[in-house]
Amino acid sequence: MTMLGDRQQLAYIASQAADARVNVELETEGMTLNIGPQHPATHGTLRIIARLDGEQVVWAEPSAGYMHRGYEKLTEVRTYPQVTALVNRIDWLGSFANEVPFILGAEKLMGVEAPARAQHIRTILFELSRIANVSLFLGDLGVQLGAVTPVFFAFRDREYVLNLIEGATGGRFHPNFDRIGGLKDDLPAGFIEETHSVMKKLRNFCDEIENLLFGNEIFQSRTRGIGVIPKDIALQYGLSGANLRASGVDWDLRRDQDLPMAWNKVDWNVITHPDGDSFARCWVRLQEVRESTKIVDQLLDTLPAGPVMAKVPKIIKVPEGEAFVSTENPLGEMGYYVVSQGDQGPFRVKIRSASFNNISIVPWVLKGVYVPDIITILASLYFILGDIDR
Amino acid sequence: MFAALLSSIPYWGQSLLRVLGGLVAVLLPAGTVVYLFLFKMMSFMQSRLGPMEAGPYGSMQLFAEVGKWLQKEDIVPDAARPEARIFKLAPLIVLASTFLLVVVVPFGPDALFTNFETGIFYALAVSSVSVLGILIAGWSSANKYSLLGGLRAAGQLIAYELPMVLAVVGVVIQAGTMNLQQIVVAQNTGSIFGFDGIGNPYVITQFVAFIVFMIAVQAELTQTPFDMPIAESELVSGYMTEYSGFRFLIFFIGEFATAGVFAMIASVLFLGGWGVPFSWFGWTTIDSIDNWMNVGGPLILFTKMLVLVFFIMWIRFSFPRFREDQLQRFAWKGLIPIALANIMLTAVLKVAF
Repeated sequence: MTMLGDRQQLAYIASQAADARVNVELETEGMTLNIGPQHPATHGTLRIIARLDGEQVVWAEPSAGYMHRGYEKLTEVRTYPQVTALVNRIDWLGSFANEVPFILGAEKLMGVEAPARAQHIRTILFELSRIANVSLFLGDLGVQLGAVTPVFFAFRDREYVLNLIEGATGGRFHPNFDRIGGLKDDLPAGFIEETHSVMKKLRNFCDEIENLLFGNEIFQSRTRGIGVIPKDIALQYGLSGANLRASGVDWDLRRDQDLPMAWNKVDWNVITHPDGDSFARCWVRLQEVRESTKIVDQLLDTLPAGPVMAKVPKIIKVPEGEAFVSTENPLGEMGYYVVSQGDQGPFRVKIRSASFNNISIVPWVLKGVYVPDIITILASLYFILGDIDR
Repeated sequence: MFAALLSSIPYWGQSLLRVLGGLVAVLLPAGTVVYLFLFKMMSFMQSRLGPMEAGPYGSMQLFAEVGKWLQKEDIVPDAARPEARIFKLAPLIVLASTFLLVVVVPFGPDALFTNFETGIFYALAVSSVSVLGILIAGWSSANKYSLLGGLRAAGQLIAYELPMVLAVVGVVIQAGTMNLQQIVVAQNTGSIFGFDGIGNPYVITQFVAFIVFMIAVQAELTQTPFDMPIAESELVSGYMTEYSGFRFLIFFIGEFATAGVFAMIASVLFLGGWGVPFSWFGWTTIDSIDNWMNVGGPLILFTKMLVLVFFIMWIRFSFPRFREDQLQRFAWKGLIPIALANIMLTAVLKVAF
């Protein structure tokens, strides 16, 4: 009996030892992968440090700041009209939209309001820059997933929108067109007809992308159920814009705020999606381009007559005070906290940019996904480096 | 007569001719595919013109590109120094696999390099040599992205070897031979239920095998939607990331030459190879074929190859890519059962008729 017991015990120990050896042999070493700062999928110089087990992410962390340009500090040594030249380089794909909240903040402090025509034109240009921005996202989405063709369609059709913006403001990427109290100029001749036809082209582009990309089974299998962000997590991490609406939160600053802009004067819908996955985020953006074209079309039809500039002094001095104004920019909520001490320039400006908050969810959402999904999730979160690093 | 002509040349002359023929058979399809599809078709699909400056309609662009690559420095990264010899060898292995593959393709009744009895078996065997080259390239680059790319490529190419072999088995059963030349003859002299107007190209009777084979070819070539070993947006360029200059060029030529050669093998297996249906000329065997088919045959095969490469490239330019695990699932749960069912059905029908 004891003999058998000993033998059993020996056999047990031997099997344990063998198991242990196998485990030691099979234990794989983790690998730290630096995605970026120079990597084709990071739209610039975002660095993501990912700890991998095989192809699975154990943890990941974004490391921002490789392109920090110090705009908050620079605004302190500029006058108010000069600041727009800086801030429209923050989200460089939708630059006009960057100028608007800052100008609105300064106007709020001064107690000035732009005339109705200027408000309309501001809203039109704001939505045009949203279309230019998001249509490029839709093309880039294909590249991130390995489909090369959509990006060329996106560049082709974005060009029409950029031509419109250039025609109205003189600048393709950096319009620098917004002024405290209104706009630099009125719209050029023929702008309305041209814009109507371009909006039709953009709606065709949306159909094209929907057929080419969103209807594709491979695209759906790569994005559906990947990178799911539930409602409460999205709110906790301070997501905004389409990323938040894709998680089912009905929140749009264009509708919810009473700003001196023209969004509330036309008929459009806030798009939400209940899923919160990568597909939902991309789908919401696609639908928002369609809504934007609707907004632009309606605003052009109801454009009021009148001046585009309110009466403001030649040298602008903003009275002492503090104001925070944020708008629903292409990437999400963008706001400026302007502190004035009665000088020609702001005393301090704090920029709340959408992408900086949106990528704060990256460590949470990338945990446990595979390397290829890092790229689709990052692409669907849609950040622009200038908007992160400012 | 052609064979007699060849045997009158001394052995070294024959060998030289074969080497030159091999170079033409690999480089000509590669160049055509790159210019016609990668440069021009892709551009037209993407609403742009593509290269237009070098030569008429940019037709000399290819030579400009090759010249550019040849001028570039041949860089070996510092971390790859200890294994520099292996690092430098890898692209050559990939290209060698293409040359080994083209050896068995019959271009005409006598226009062939070798007439293996087990030609298709050999072709499937040497096509996996490129995996070694890719794995070596991925490992010896001493780069994490390259390593991931190399490992992905190895997993993918092994997974897709199997459906490819199984798809070919259907053709082999129907033709009753593994000799590629005999497969061509069997298709061109065959008949479908007594109707011999178009011979019996196996694309009709073996349609399932054809589709499975083409999907597996797409994966073997690591073209989108199966291009995750290269995956520019994730792995920068996968196993080719660290290569520059003419070694990158060799990878590049290898990729498109293999596309051409695989398309040739597919047209030999499924589209009737170098022949048009023999019944049109009253032929029944290969012996009765006139010498001019040695000139016409390669052109016919080339045309069929272009048609197949067109489909490969069309899919490449319009599809996003799979994820690694989805690709494996697609191979093991989708393609292999279908291919097995096809083999069973073919065997039953072969015995029944």
